[in-house]
This record gives sequence, structure tokens and C-alpha cells, in this order.
Amino acid sequence: MNIIFKKRKNKIAIITSLVLFLSTSAFAQTEEQKGFNISARSDRSDRGFGDSVVELKMILRNAAGKESTRTLILKTLEVPDENEGDKSIIIFDSPSDISGTAMLSHAKILDADNQWLYLPALKRIKRISSVNKSGPFVGSEFAFEDLTASELNKYKYKFLGVGVCGTLKCDKVERYPQYQYSGYTRQVAWIDRDVHQIRKIEFYERRGDLLKTLNISDYKKYPGNIWRAQNFVMKNHQTGKSTELIYSDYKFKTGLKDNAFQKSDLRSAR
Amino acid sequence: MKYIFKFIAIFVFAFPTLTYADKEKLSGYVALDLRVFTSDAQFNNQFNGGQSSLILQPEFSSQTVNGTEKFSFIPFARLDNRDDNRSHADLREAYWLRSEEQWNLLVGVNRVFWGVAESNHLVDIINQTDQVDSVNGEEKLGQPMVNITTEQEWGRLSFFVMPLFRERTYPSEEGRLRSDPVVAQEVQYESRDEQRHVDLALRYSHYIGDWDFGVYYFKGTGREPRFTSNNNRLIAQYDQIKQVGIDVQFTSGVWLWKFEGINRLQNNNYFNAMVGGFEYTLYQITNSAADLGLLLEYMHDSRNKISAKAPPVETDDDVFLAARLAMNDTQDSEMLLGVVIDRNDHSKVVSLEIKRRLDNNWKLELESRWFKDTKENTSLSQLKKDSFVALRLARYF
Repeated sequence: MNIIFKKRKNKIAIITSLVLFLSTSAFAQTEEQKGFNISARSDRSDRGFGDSVVELKMILRNAAGKESTRTLILKTLEVPDENEGDKSIIIFDSPSDISGTAMLSHAKILDADNQWLYLPALKRIKRISSVNKSGPFVGSEFAFEDLTASELNKYKYKFLGVGVCGTLKCDKVERYPQYQYSGYTRQVAWIDRDVHQIRKIEFYERRGDLLKTLNISDYKKYPGNIWRAQNFVMKNHQTGKSTELIYSDYKFKTGLKDNAFQKSDLRSAR
Repeated sequence: MKYIFKFIAIFVFAFPTLTYADKEKLSGYVALDLRVFTSDAQFNNQFNGGQSSLILQPEFSSQTVNGTEKFSFIPFARLDNRDDNRSHADLREAYWLRSEEQWNLLVGVNRVFWGVAESNHLVDIINQTDQVDSVNGEEKLGQPMVNITTEQEWGRLSFFVMPLFRERTYPSEEGRLRSDPVVAQEVQYESRDEQRHVDLALRYSHYIGDWDFGVYYFKGTGREPRFTSNNNRLIAQYDQIKQVGIDVQFTSGVWLWKFEGINRLQNNNYFNAMVGGFEYTLYQITNSAADLGLLLEYMHDSRNKISAKAPPVETDDDVFLAARLAMNDTQDSEMLLGVVIDRNDHSKVVSLEIKRRLDNNWKLELESRWFKDTKENTSLSQLKKDSFVALRLARYF
């Protein structure tokens, strides 16, 4: 970016203040455009996955290191339109008292998602408010929005610079939630330059302080050039608590159709 | 009871066919209930003090690899040390389900819940209430049925044929939370087919944007009996009814707006009933992880108070106020404090429910109800000495 700017300065003899003003504003736009482009390349790298099914283990650790575990199944249906969100069902397997409890989300981009909860003990399906973006998901350090808000157009972006993430080189992109009720003012995503996947996200809360850091690792390449991480560790810097997500192998294109993501299907989801 | 064994026999017979299934699951729970009454009993022969129960509910399910066929088998048993009627067994579920892309067919015993309100499950009609199990009306007996459902772009249409009626359970003469005189074992039916009258229901449900709604028509044996007196016993009389019901929820930000209404024809007499209100949630109160829900619902029932026409009802002109605190901690701790106030005689039913998981498999629940300011000669006054505190320790597996 700086190189282009210098060349232009050398080639053009007369620099008016107007041109300078224009190129600086063009420069600022480019940082945002670049941030968007890096994020778009990352987000679009898994386009065409169709649907996926994965089992995962969630380990909650408090500041003293005491653990409690949940197991769940996550089913996702890709909605190709980038102005629409994906559809997903989360089904709990353990702890055993909530086994069979399921949550269906029809994600929107900037509007509130549609969400339903199924309570097997009462056999009741309940439409729930999706305003609660920043609340903890089942007592974990993940907020609802950390799990659902990966859609490209949910944020505005700005390129920050280049950094080292483990053995890789990463682009640092700042992103600002555009959807309502987010608990964050900004996030910094570290996207590697090798396979364009997110390696780390820092979350800054409403007062502007660093709240949490998410480290994403054990990426695995699936057929169709689809990358999926198998390990997520969310560390809360203010409470000392952390939550680890360990994913089993993904199954793609399992034949799930839209009708498996309707509210009444929560009853038989498992 | 007889039909339970019949179903068990069918299922034992059907089990060999499950060998092609790959997703088999055995879960369920065993629990110890302790319920202590704070006052001595009002009526003769009722016990004083506490009662304890042992509850077992194993849940077996099996599904084919592609998910097109499913079996579910959930027997339930309670053994109570003070009330013989409360010691009972039931089949909560025992069905075979075939699912196609747009159709599914269910044959067997199942539980079906309809409705949106919290204080009164007015439109919920498929299953009989297991009254001895819990006074909150949320425990239901399994209902034998053939159920065909279609899922279309325009919504879900579900048709129920119910060939066997289940009678409501009531406490024995020794039991608490009962009427005086006590409800007899024998019952009367309006239909000559008695328990074998075939009940029908058709329900349509769908959602559009922030609106979720359902409407249904039910024709058959009414689930709530009215009572006739005979030999110092109450005889439950089950009438034939025709009922339409509607339930609507509008979800708008932190507000859930709810409405349920029914219109019923019973003994050539029409009446209406409704429950409606809202649930407003304050998320992450005082910067903690906890959510506080505030609930307000109003109940109205126009039915004739003459018990010769329709069953008596408490919720004729009542207000329900409640607060629900969800801690969102690793133990899923939750508390619900509520009160139903009768606007006419100012009697109150206060309830408190607290739940908390102890570790991955144990759960502790507290339930308490107080019957306050009841007026003489009302049905609620029969419970005026029955305020209680109950503890449940459950082991899930």
C-alpha cells in the first residue's frame, strides 16, 4: 500500500493539497476494503459445503481449574445467499438431565435471528427471544454471538497489519459488529496468509477493555477444499474461566434438507 | 393397567426388528421425592407430615441410520409410602414413528404438548393430566394414538385418532391435595363406548416472521371430568365435547406476547376460556450472567358454574404474576416464583420452583406451593391445609 503511494508521488510532479486529501481518504478506504477482502476470502473459502454434522465436546473450566463437560451435536445447513444466514440445530447429549434439548436457529444478517428451543421433558417447543446475543451459552465462556455470528456481512472491517500466529503469518483484521445487541465494541481476528483461516480472535467489551481471547487450532482439510478447526479455546481474561470445544470429524453433504431445519423437527432431532 | 402390559408385550415382540438400527440409546432417571405438608390435614383419614416416593423413568429409543424409522419406549413408575393412588405406573411413550420428507406416521403411545402460556395449559388437550404425580398439571399420561402429520410450505397439519381414553388420576382417601368427599375409582361416561370412544383431533400450526400460531379442532371425550356425588364419593363424569382452540405467540425483542383461547361445546352448552399475557426478559442483570424474566398472564373462563353442565374451574378470572431467574451457570440454576390471584375472592396460590444440577448426573429440585386466603365452600378451600414443600433428588443416566 505504501509502495503504491510513493510511486505515485514520484511520478506526479505537482501534488496539490486536494490530491493529497483524496489519496489519504482513498488510503483509508483501502484499509477497510482490504479488511473486508481478507475476511471475505476466509469466509468464502468454505462456500459450497452444503450441510454438515459434527459432534463436539465442551469443557468448561473455572478459575480454579474445576471442569464440567457437555457433549452436543451440531447440524448446519448452508444458505448460499450471503444476505441470509445459515440454519443450524444444536442438540445436547450430556449432561444427561438436558439430553435431547435442542435449539434451532435461522440466522439473519442484521435482523434478529429466529430461534426455537425444544424441552423434551415437557415435549414443548418454545420460540425464544434472540436478543440475548451476548449472554453465555449454557454457562460457557462462549456467548451466543460467538457461535452464530460468523456471517461476513454481520461486521464492518478494517485491516490492522501483519502479525505472527504460531508458525504462520497472519493478517490482523479489526471487525465491528453491525447487528443489534452485540456485547462487543470490536474484535480483532487473526487470519493466516497460508490457507486463509481464522487462528485467533480477541474480543473487546463495551467499555473497550479486552474481555476474551479465542484460539482456534487443529485445522483439518476436507474434500472440496473445506477447512474446519477441531479445537477452540476461549479464555476470559476478566474471570479466569475458560471453555474448550473439541470437535470430532465433520460429515459434509449428509443429505440434510431444509425441512430438517423446521421448528417441528426439533422433536425428533438427535 | 391392562393395556400397559399389552403394549409391553408388543414392544418386547418388536425388539428383534430393531437390530438394523444403529442409534440406540438408553437414558432416563431415578428420583427420590420428599413432600412435607406444613399443616395437619383438613379431612378424615388424610395423613399428616411428609410422604416420600421413589420414581423410575427409563427411556429407550432406537432409530434407523437414515432416521426414517424410530422407536421410543418410556415406562414410568412411582412408589409412594402414604398414598396408594399415587403409587402408579404408566407408559409415557411407546411408539413407532415413520418419517418421510413431507409426511410422518406415528403409531402407539405418545405425549403431545400444545400451547404457549405458562400459568395455564388451556389448549393442551391430547394427553390426560397425571394429577397425583404433580399438582402443576404438567405431568401427563401417555395417550394411545395413530397420528399422521404432513409438513408443507404452508405449515404443519396433524391428524390424531385416539382409540382409548385415559382417566385422570386422583389421590386416595389417605392422600393430601384431594377433594372432600374423595374421588371414587369408578367413573361414568356420556358415550356408550365409554373408554373406547374414538377421539379425533386435527391441528394446523405454522409461523410467519415473528408470529407462531396453531389452531385445532377436537371431538371426543373431554379430559377434565365434572363430578356427581354418590354415597359420599365423587364420581368423575366424562362428557363428550367439541372444542376449537387457538394459540399464538408474537416474539418481539425481549418481549414474548402469548395468547391461548378455546371454545367448547359440552352438554349443549357453549363456553369460552382464554389465557394471555407476556414474558419480558432482562438479560444479564447487573452485569452478571443471570437473566430475569417477568411474567404476567390473565385467565378468564366463561363456563357456567353449575357443575351439571361443565367441570368446575378455578381459573375463571385470575391474574398470574411471576419472576424467573436463570443464573446461566454451569449447574443451570433456575428459580421461578409465581402467584395466581383470584380477582373475585382474592384467594392466592403461591409457587416456588428451584432447580440446580449438582454434577453431570445429579439434580436437585425444590417445589413449594402455598394456598392462601381461600374462601369457604370454594374448591380451592379443600386445599387450604395442603401447603407443602417438596424436594427431589434425581440421578440421570
